[in-house]
Amino acid sequence: MSSATTNETPPAPVEAFAQVEQAGGPLLPLRKAGLARFAERGYPTTSDEDWRFTSLKPLADLPFLPTLEPLGQALGQADIADITFGQHDVDRLVFIDGHFSSDLSIILEQPDGVTITNLSNRLSGLENEIGSLSANDENPFIALNDAFFTDGALIQIPANGSLAKPVHLVFLSTANEASQATHIRNWIEAGANAQGTIIESHLSLGQAVASTNVVTETRVSAGANLEHIKFQDQSLNAIHLASLHSELSNDARYAFHSFALGARLSRNNLRMRLAKPGIECVLNGLYMTRADQLADHHMIVDHAAPHCDSHEYFNGILDDQSRGVFHGRILVQPVAQKTDAKQTNKNLILSDNATANTKPQLEIYADDVKCTHGATIGEMDDDAIFYLRARGLDTKTARRMLMHGFAGEIVDRIQHDGVREELDQLVWNRLEGEHHLD
Amino acid sequence: MLEIKNLQAGIEDKPILKGIDLSVNAGEVHAIMGPNGSGKSTLASVLAGRDGYDVTGGEVLLQDDDLLDLAPEERAREGVFLAFQYPVEIPGVNSAYFLRSAVNEIRKHRGEEELDAMNFLKAVKAKMKELGLSEDFLKRPVNAGFSGGEKKRNEILQMAMLNPKLAVLDETDSGLDIDALRIVADGVNRLKGLDNAQVVITHYQRLLDYIVPDFVHVLYDGRIIKSGDKTLAHELEEKGYDWLIRDAA
Amino acid sequence: MSAHTDTIDEFVASEYKYGFVTDIESESLDPGLNEDVVRFISAKKNEPEWLLEWRLKALRHFEKMENPTWPHVKYPPVDFQEISYYSAPKKKGDGPKSLDEVDPKLLETYEKLGVPLHERARLAGVAVDAVFDSESIGTTFKEDLAKAGVIFCSISEAVQEHPELVKKYIGKVVPYTDNFYAALNSAVFSDGSFVYIPKGTRCPMELSTYFRINAANTGQFERTLIVAEESSHVSYLEGCTAPMRDENQLHAAVVELVALDNAEIKYSTVQNWYPGDEEGRGGIYNFVTKRGICKTNAKISWTQVETGSAITWKYPSVILQGDNSIGEFYSVALTNKAQQADTGTKMVHIGKNTRSTIVSKGISAGKGQNSYRGLVQVGKKATNARNFSQCDSLLIGDKCGAHTFPYIEAKNPSASIEHEATTSKIGEDQIFYCNQRGLEPQDAVNMIVNGFCKEVFRELPMEFAVEAQKLLDVSLEGSVG
Repeated sequence: MSSATTNETPPAPVEAFAQVEQAGGPLLPLRKAGLARFAERGYPTTSDEDWRFTSLKPLADLPFLPTLEPLGQALGQADIADITFGQHDVDRLVFIDGHFSSDLSIILEQPDGVTITNLSNRLSGLENEIGSLSANDENPFIALNDAFFTDGALIQIPANGSLAKPVHLVFLSTANEASQATHIRNWIEAGANAQGTIIESHLSLGQAVASTNVVTETRVSAGANLEHIKFQDQSLNAIHLASLHSELSNDARYAFHSFALGARLSRNNLRMRLAKPGIECVLNGLYMTRADQLADHHMIVDHAAPHCDSHEYFNGILDDQSRGVFHGRILVQPVAQKTDAKQTNKNLILSDNATANTKPQLEIYADDVKCTHGATIGEMDDDAIFYLRARGLDTKTARRMLMHGFAGEIVDRIQHDGVREELDQLVWNRLEGEHHLD
Repeated sequence: MLEIKNLQAGIEDKPILKGIDLSVNAGEVHAIMGPNGSGKSTLASVLAGRDGYDVTGGEVLLQDDDLLDLAPEERAREGVFLAFQYPVEIPGVNSAYFLRSAVNEIRKHRGEEELDAMNFLKAVKAKMKELGLSEDFLKRPVNAGFSGGEKKRNEILQMAMLNPKLAVLDETDSGLDIDALRIVADGVNRLKGLDNAQVVITHYQRLLDYIVPDFVHVLYDGRIIKSGDKTLAHELEEKGYDWLIRDAA
Repeated sequence: MSAHTDTIDEFVASEYKYGFVTDIESESLDPGLNEDVVRFISAKKNEPEWLLEWRLKALRHFEKMENPTWPHVKYPPVDFQEISYYSAPKKKGDGPKSLDEVDPKLLETYEKLGVPLHERARLAGVAVDAVFDSESIGTTFKEDLAKAGVIFCSISEAVQEHPELVKKYIGKVVPYTDNFYAALNSAVFSDGSFVYIPKGTRCPMELSTYFRINAANTGQFERTLIVAEESSHVSYLEGCTAPMRDENQLHAAVVELVALDNAEIKYSTVQNWYPGDEEGRGGIYNFVTKRGICKTNAKISWTQVETGSAITWKYPSVILQGDNSIGEFYSVALTNKAQQADTGTKMVHIGKNTRSTIVSKGISAGKGQNSYRGLVQVGKKATNARNFSQCDSLLIGDKCGAHTFPYIEAKNPSASIEHEATTSKIGEDQIFYCNQRGLEPQDAVNMIVNGFCKEVFRELPMEFAVEAQKLLDVSLEGSVG
């Protein structure tokens, strides 16, 4: 239901497409179809139920130009060493404004069959894959991404294989001029019983009102075990739009962690398809907002097979005039008997002007299921504060400890020790340094 | 050690404690028994200073200091320890971090040096061994996902680490099987000393086979209607509370 | 599990008790919706000019609106020109002056429905307003209530007798611009109940309205208005039934409650409109707007037991405008056969220290689709607002669906909102446990379902709690889970 006013395609993307068309390549049909879809739909508005609380006005008003060419800022290894997770022993792919930087990337020797590279390097053979998992999504940003993506990561782990080390995908935005739009596309594939840890960072070096639009498609085959940690810490002027489409097969274990700390507006669309029995899927997220930030997580977990477990845990800490939005839908199809699905969203509001919107939803068409959801907005648990005080801690310390715990609950679910420890410290420093805790 | 004089308290406008008098000396163990709804847990909550209870009369002195004037954390630092009937789950807060913070708050208050991570770990691990708690316990969030028995053992562990003057155990036996009960009771007995006192609140006599009280008090309708030695507990086991209630009425 | 399937089938086939038709001569307007229809209804009721104008404004607004598509229900489009907007039992001469003069067939109808109106058999302590199609046919205990200063009559009568009160409050809580069906109702509402409780008065008895749709091809558009002056108290109950017919009938009511400072209104509904058959043929479309406003320290409590209607679409809501005001919503919604329900509440916290409680129990069986949809909104100034919501769904059989769509918004750091929802089926172990103790499977299901709904039933006035429980038992006949 997009309103008539948004149906006019902003001129900039259309003009920019000439260059895409000229470049050609095996994905041109996908790109053309994407442009057409976007032209038809335009940007969503708040009268769209899925975007009810997240206004894209800043985006729709600016002529965001795809960064089809590198912006030309030279970066060195030292710039990378300082970033979060910069000191971890990882293989690293670095992209600057959506363009691969081979100088800054380090991929050491991998086990047989493991591919870690930039996507535009290996497009052939993936013509029918890219877009296959995101195809049924009406989100116009996917259409836009289909049309304009420049590059992104390609990770393939063969059956029974595993990544030598965690792979760290670093996406840097250097835009110093407003209205630049980076479109990133990732394709991740874990074969049967494959294993791996992927860390995805989105950071800004510039302060411009620039947008990042990332689409990630992930296929997790039978018995595979994948952990994916996404850390979004862009500048408070940035607009971050992300869409993740994961298709999970028999007995797969998949954990996705979203840390949304940065960006003026961030939106994470998470679409999980539990296509075969025995899957365990965890979506886990923490959003901490201040100033006029808005962080939106919008997910659909589609139970399309019996005997699957899915758990979603999202905590938000909202300060100043910021807004946190949670939309979680668990869909249990008629075949999905013995589903065990659980969803919780908890919010702490720290200021008089912050807003929390939460819409945890259950849509259930099978009877032998265990589905629960819970949402809270509010102050800290009085019983917990009393418990801590009865052990000698003063109210202020007790509140801080609970606040740390509130964030820690999410951080603790990360399996990778180093990443978990670094995030725990980082999140707490952030809260202490930038939020009004008392 | 503890002097409760004509204590009256309630929730909102409903009186629950209607005049309690109790005197506990150092080195003593007192058991408070009584049927459900008699005010046992209210007494524990009022002693620890839980919000929502209004004290409408009487006083509580701990070594001659007025306890009722103090915030819950000040009472804890003065040496009051409440083992909760329902220990609160605190997801996300690491047990070791929590306990070390509490230990150091209390040490600071007593003018003792704070324990560093190493010394704390050494001390806590020794106590955990005694209570049969595995070491991964320290890495887990406070009480979150603990079984009933683990929660109660965690209370006793905290008690051992905080070394209180007055320990109030609120239905610590509820939900424990016989083995867990024995472990918990051993832990409590080990902490018994000449310079501290214990108040054990329980519904059943069972716990008192393991933690032997010097005095037993029966609480009913907000008052202590009978006091005696440990034989009173056995009498209650045999005859129930009805005969006492009838006498009181 | 063939026994399981059999009993489910049996359940689906269980009969609707109130499906009879009263053979009575009616005066009905031809189908169609236009200004003339609105003028006709208004003239029929001898309404003042301002009310006609208001109706006409509502009609013009309605014509600009679109039928909402967001509820989680599916049905063919309603042709508003196919519906007759007025039908009433034909009156002889000036019409009955008291209940004694009412057509015996009508009295018999209500007797059959278990709501006797004549003096001998009246329900003790309950005053009843009986609405038959578009008209109120009479109100019991009027004189007794008048002694206490309570006004309880049909809204048509209130327009004549107490125009100042009607004018002051009608459309103030639910304006005609509020939504599609509220606009339609405002244009064509025919009758409904009016209650006025004076300051400091505790209404001496339960008030109740019994709605009956009888005529074919008509819609029922009643409008109820309850005003509780400062420090007054009233408990009100409505009941609804309709004959079995193959075509769908529209019921689009508006209920407005006004609880002034320190007042309390308890509003209970036992809705048992004809639900249609297992193929989804027939049944009532129940598209209702119910809303109350609470001033300082006031309390509004909605309790609903929804077992009927082909489609239900209603969200009894409370605007907690005054400080310390309280809103409550207790709901049992059962969907069986091909029934669909999208129901819940809105709690809008505006004043300080406002509190709301939501308890929703959804039971889905047959091919029923049951959705809870609710909004809890805490405004910037609603310091210390508290909400607790509990939404539980029970599934019986594997062809039904249970859905939960809460919307929660908070703009105040001292607010505390808790929402919990669970979905489960009746456990085989629960049934087995009951069987092992000698209970029939059917009794076990009834017992478990009633237990599941207990929190809601205990909010109903005593007489109706028993009725609601029986109603649920009947609706559950044969449903071993």
